[in-house]
Amino acid sequence: MTAPLDIEGPAAPPRSNGELVFSEPWESRAFGMAVSLSEAGAFAWPEFQAALIARIGAWESAAHGEPWNYYQLWLAALEDVLAGLSAVSAAEITARAQALAQRPPGHDHAGEHDHPH
Amino acid sequence: MTTTSEPGGRPSPALRTEALEQLLTERGLIDPKAINEIVTTYETNVGPLNGARVVARAWTDPQYRQRLLEDGTAAIKELGFSGRQGEHIVVVENTATSHNVVVCTLCSCYPWPVLGLPPSWYKDPAYRARMVREPRTVLAEMGLRLAGDVHITVRDSTSEVRWLVLPERPAGTEHLTEEELVPLVSRDAMVGVAKVAAP
Repeated sequence: MTAPLDIEGPAAPPRSNGELVFSEPWESRAFGMAVSLSEAGAFAWPEFQAALIARIGAWESAAHGEPWNYYQLWLAALEDVLAGLSAVSAAEITARAQALAQRPPGHDHAGEHDHPH
Repeated sequence: MTTTSEPGGRPSPALRTEALEQLLTERGLIDPKAINEIVTTYETNVGPLNGARVVARAWTDPQYRQRLLEDGTAAIKELGFSGRQGEHIVVVENTATSHNVVVCTLCSCYPWPVLGLPPSWYKDPAYRARMVREPRTVLAEMGLRLAGDVHITVRDSTSEVRWLVLPERPAGTEHLTEEELVPLVSRDAMVGVAKVAAP
């Protein structure tokens, strides 16, 4: 932390203001990716926002089979935008995620991106 | 650990996110270090304390208050708060007879530079739908009981207008300095689901 943030009470910084900003680490990565991609010019923020609104709207008009999870819809919206740009397809993400699921327990995280299958 | 899949073999969101980050990094579209920086910013540096400083200044400086109500984004920038989702901030004042409360009915629009990222209840479908239909009831459920003659205005935030509430300065704080007022101002008061209480 660089700025002095020593104030206590209701105006204290986010971490001590009632709840964590992100409840799981992946949520923070999904958040950061969308912001970073938009700032790098991969898409304009309103494009992402429209995709997020569409995902939220679809959840609300569905029969609520899936429990509400804001960042899952955020991730899905990000995938939608990237697929629309032909940057990354859903199938590629699924294949890589399945490969990651095959990792043996205690594998080394050190920057390796190999996927054996 | 993120090595689990959901039932049915569908990769968990944690795995999908990790996969996406790998693919985007390999394609040169993102830099994980930049993501770290963005996350750290919103986890530790940008939060409702910024908005509390804006409110405390407005309470103690009538000319600043005027500028804030006329052009929120510009007046907020005077205090050094600007950037992502900080465009088009409009500030509305709560008084003894008129109460504003903010919602984003379609998604989660929120003035990040002054409040940080929204709390989970703000994004919740029930809050988003019900605050528009029955604000007095929802506010009461959240602990804010407003008298029947208080006029309530529900402000729907969008990317074109992000609302910030200037709460009413509580009675009995006239002797407090701007710095002493800052810690009294809560996030909830700046969204309009609470009032600021005197210490």
